[in-house]
This record gives sequence, structure tokens and C-alpha cells, in this order.
Amino acid sequence: MDPVVFQQLAAGLAIGIGAVGSAIGEGYIAGKALEAIGRNPEASDKITPLMFVTMAIAESTAIYALVISLIILFG
Amino acid sequence: MDISLAPNILTNIYGFPITNTFVWTIFLSLVLVGFFGVMRLFWSVVPGRAQSVVELLIGGGFSFVESVIGDYEKAKKAFPLVMTFFIFILLANLFTFMPGQGAISIKTEGGSVSLFRAVMSDYGMVFALTMITVITVQVIAIIVNGPLGYLGKFINFKSPLSFILGVMDIIVEFAKILSLSFRLFGNIFAGEVLGGVMLFLMPFVVPTAFLFLGVLSAVIQAFVFSVLTLVFISQASEKIN
Repeated sequence: MDPVVFQQLAAGLAIGIGAVGSAIGEGYIAGKALEAIGRNPEASDKITPLMFVTMAIAESTAIYALVISLIILFG
Repeated sequence: MDISLAPNILTNIYGFPITNTFVWTIFLSLVLVGFFGVMRLFWSVVPGRAQSVVELLIGGGFSFVESVIGDYEKAKKAFPLVMTFFIFILLANLFTFMPGQGAISIKTEGGSVSLFRAVMSDYGMVFALTMITVITVQVIAIIVNGPLGYLGKFINFKSPLSFILGVMDIIVEFAKILSLSFRLFGNIFAGEVLGGVMLFLMPFVVPTAFLFLGVLSAVIQAFVFSVLTLVFISQASEKIN
């Protein structure tokens, strides 16, 4: 087969498999944060920025996978 | 669509390539220096409207830094670096949403090239910022623990386990470079690519949602980069026992 096909397949697989873990992690973080806000609504101002920061850190593995797949495609 | 990982070269001056992200960086630096220089000139005891905003930003940033690092003297030393990172990255990310800047392009030998490009989508720029963080952290750790004390964290022969942990610590120090730089670069570059793809697929309405997502990630990534710098500095400023 054409090498370009494998290149595109590799890029798709890289981001597709790589996104699974951080998607689960981010969902877990959002769920826990909402649970905490539901339990103590006054603390939502403190919880929301922390939630975004931890989400951004959990997202980073997916971003690594995305960088790899972009390098495969355009590098 | 023409998507390239490397920034586009506008012109060469004595063999030194001038890229579009370089032009953008110089422009943003001038904006920042000019703005704060003018603020400094008109600084008064009774703050005006603009001065109140700046004071709120700087004061809030300082109290946040102090709450993370837990010590007033340390916070005074770490604050300028962390706040500069935050303001510079935030401005660089937000200026990419300025309407019309993507439309200005100039003709070069390699075809027409856009004059501006998101600064943080140039891996060289992000890598330089990351190296500033990493080198600062190493220098602080060496000053706090002394050269031999710091070396003892990585190489010790007390037991096989502590030797392996020391080797792992060396890997962790190098992994910091990759994780810190890829996070910022990947988010901004992926945001640009996503915006391009969405404009290509559906030119109306739909890209707006992704623009909103882009603004959110622009602010959060600036915050995350500077907070991680702060956390690394506060870790390094504590003595190894």
C-alpha cells in the first residue's frame, strides 16, 4: 500500500488512542468538582479555577499525542 | 491548507532568518514595555482608572504567588519572573484573536506569507521560555542546597533502591522540559489548526464556538505555565532532607 495511507492511519491512531486517558481523567475531575460545589456552593469561586488548572494538566497527555500526530502529518 | 510546524521565514538579514513569530514577539514586547513605561510615567498616589486595573492585576498576582510559595521574602523574588511569564504569554495568546491580523500577508521568494502568527505556536519560542524556567529552577536548587548537596539527590550509593530513585530523579528533571513546553506549544498550535480546519469545513457560525474554546485555553495555558513555573521554584527553594 501507499506509505501516505499508513502515515494518515498512524496520525489518526495516535490522537485517537492518546485522547482516551485524558478524556476519562477530565470527566472525573469535572464530576468531582461539581460534587464539591454541590456540597458547598460558597466554595465554587475557589474550586472552579482549580478545576480548570487540573483539567489543563490532565489534558496534557492528549496534547502530547496531538503534537505527535501533527508532526506525523505535517512535520 | 498550508500548515507548517516551523514558523514562516519573511526575510533574511545577513543570513539570519526573520520569521513572522519573531516580528510578532518584538511587536508584543514593545507594546508591553511601552504600556508599562507610560504607566510608570503617570504613576500617582491617587490611582486613575487604568492604574487601578494594573494595581489590581499586580496585587492579585502577588497575593496568589505568596499563597502558593508561603513566604513573603521568597514571593518577592519569584514574583517578577512568574508575573512576566503570565502577562507575556497571555498577551501573545490573546492578540491572535485580534480581527484582521491573519489577513495581512507579504510576498517573499517562497510565496505569500502571513505577516503575523501566534507566538506560542513557534516551538523555538516556547522552548526558550521553558529553558528560562528550568535553568532558574536548577540554579535556585544549587544555591539552596549547595553543589554537593544537590548532586547527592541524584547520585547516592546508600542502597540499590535510592540509587535507582536518584536516576529516576535525573529523568524527571529532563522530562520537565518536554512536559512544560509541549503543553503550551501543543495547545496553541492545535488551536490554530483546529480553527483552520473548522473554517474549511463550515465557514459560518460553527467556528465561533471553537474561538470561544480558544480564548479559554489561551488564558488557562498562560496561567498553567506560570503556575507550574511557580510550583517548580517553590519546590526547588526547599532544602532536601
